[in-house]
Amino acid sequence: MPPKSLKCKECQEEYPLEAIYACSRCFGPLEVSYEPLDGRDPAELKRRIQAGPNTLWRYADFLPVQRPPEGALPTGMTPLIRADRLGKELGIDELWIKSETANPTHSFKDRVVAVAMARGLELGFKTFACASTGNLANAVAAHAAAAGVPAWVFIPADLEREKITATAIHGARVIGVKGNYDQVNRMCSELAHERDWAFVNVNLRPYYAEGSKTLAYEIAEQLDWRLPNHLVAPVASGSLHTRMGKAFDEWRDCGLVSGPLPAMHGAQAAGCAPVANAFEEGADFCRPVKPDTIARSLAIGDPADGPFALELARRTGGAIESATDDEIREGISLLAKTTGVFTETAGGVTIAVLKKLAERGAFGPGESVVATITGDGLKTPDAISDLIHIDEVEPTVEAFENLELVGVSA
Amino acid sequence: MSVTVKLPTQLRDLASGEAEIPVEGATVNDCLAALFGAHPALKDRLTDENGVRRFVNLYVGGEDVRFLDGVNTAVADGAEITVLPAVAGG
Repeated sequence: MPPKSLKCKECQEEYPLEAIYACSRCFGPLEVSYEPLDGRDPAELKRRIQAGPNTLWRYADFLPVQRPPEGALPTGMTPLIRADRLGKELGIDELWIKSETANPTHSFKDRVVAVAMARGLELGFKTFACASTGNLANAVAAHAAAAGVPAWVFIPADLEREKITATAIHGARVIGVKGNYDQVNRMCSELAHERDWAFVNVNLRPYYAEGSKTLAYEIAEQLDWRLPNHLVAPVASGSLHTRMGKAFDEWRDCGLVSGPLPAMHGAQAAGCAPVANAFEEGADFCRPVKPDTIARSLAIGDPADGPFALELARRTGGAIESATDDEIREGISLLAKTTGVFTETAGGVTIAVLKKLAERGAFGPGESVVATITGDGLKTPDAISDLIHIDEVEPTVEAFENLELVGVSA
Repeated sequence: MSVTVKLPTQLRDLASGEAEIPVEGATVNDCLAALFGAHPALKDRLTDENGVRRFVNLYVGGEDVRFLDGVNTAVADGAEITVLPAVAGG
């Protein structure tokens, strides 16, 4: 599918494939549009994918960039894990965990950065930047180091230490902004107009968003070219959720998969749930909120793709739900104990919402469900420190034999 | 009140290339009316029949007006109103 133009999702105005992100006519979001694949044999498309590299670049036919830059970090093709024990616990017949912890910087953000940076380099940018809740910062810093270009990363100054460390170590210039993510984002939106930098989630946002599609392609390919009945993904800006829907639509249109779109469920933290609130109220637009949650990577109070996430969930029979901080911690613990996957807080949100949906009977008998775990637990250890207990002993067998176990490790 | 309206790149062509437009007004609405009076082409870009377009964000002193009184938010002398596309970030 050769990329054709950037197209406004609101008024359909088309623009060249440059570093622009908002329609100058109505300010609507621009999205990459492609030449239609009419007449292409699905079997041939499938062969091209299967003959591709073991990274997200195997889906280059569906991306705005055809190949990665030299030395790019290998990204994608993360495991899809059958989670029977967790499924049994929750009463789900066929449950899969898509573990994005296996990406180079341990979150799905490597995907969006891989594609945005490839396009940014093609467009001739020399410096890369982002506004981030943490995971994107890690990814921009690492991919910029791999590409040998400087990176400027803007984050809320009070972010988790682990995420700051994993960003700064790559040589990125880390700017801790004294404010919340939405303020960082507003500042970067203004800066993007003044600097000749590639802000991956501002002026390169249309390309960045396309990277999220590869998560959905992988799920379909790993399910042997089948769509699941349900998909549960976290919603921060709504970019991942909506682009996964776009990806499934594209593959249905070209015959790589068939059947209805999965019910596209979204998961938010109760302390930052503008999209879940709007879903519950039946509204088609989100009222912004001031975030207060342990799920810092989802703490976007003014979600850019909120209205489109609402539309996708409703169109596919999905729901957008929220989980409290305690439910998030329980979700992290439940996933870890039943699957061996340790997730950051965002994955705890996903599992907590998965559990709510299961309890409500959202998943029918025999239906397949995929939950996306978007980041690694080692990024947010403080969130669950209260659940962790160790038993200490003197280094003798006798001391161990006499040990009274006072708690069960989380 | 003398207020400065800061425009994003894609609107500056419609305001004689200016990034910052001085206007007079007591509320955001007043200031927008004054802005449209001086640069009529901006009106259609920023508003539709329902008021401010849904992908246009307005900030007074860095705060989103949706956390204040919307377009009725009062502005002090010397305040800055920033106009930005809403679709960034994530």
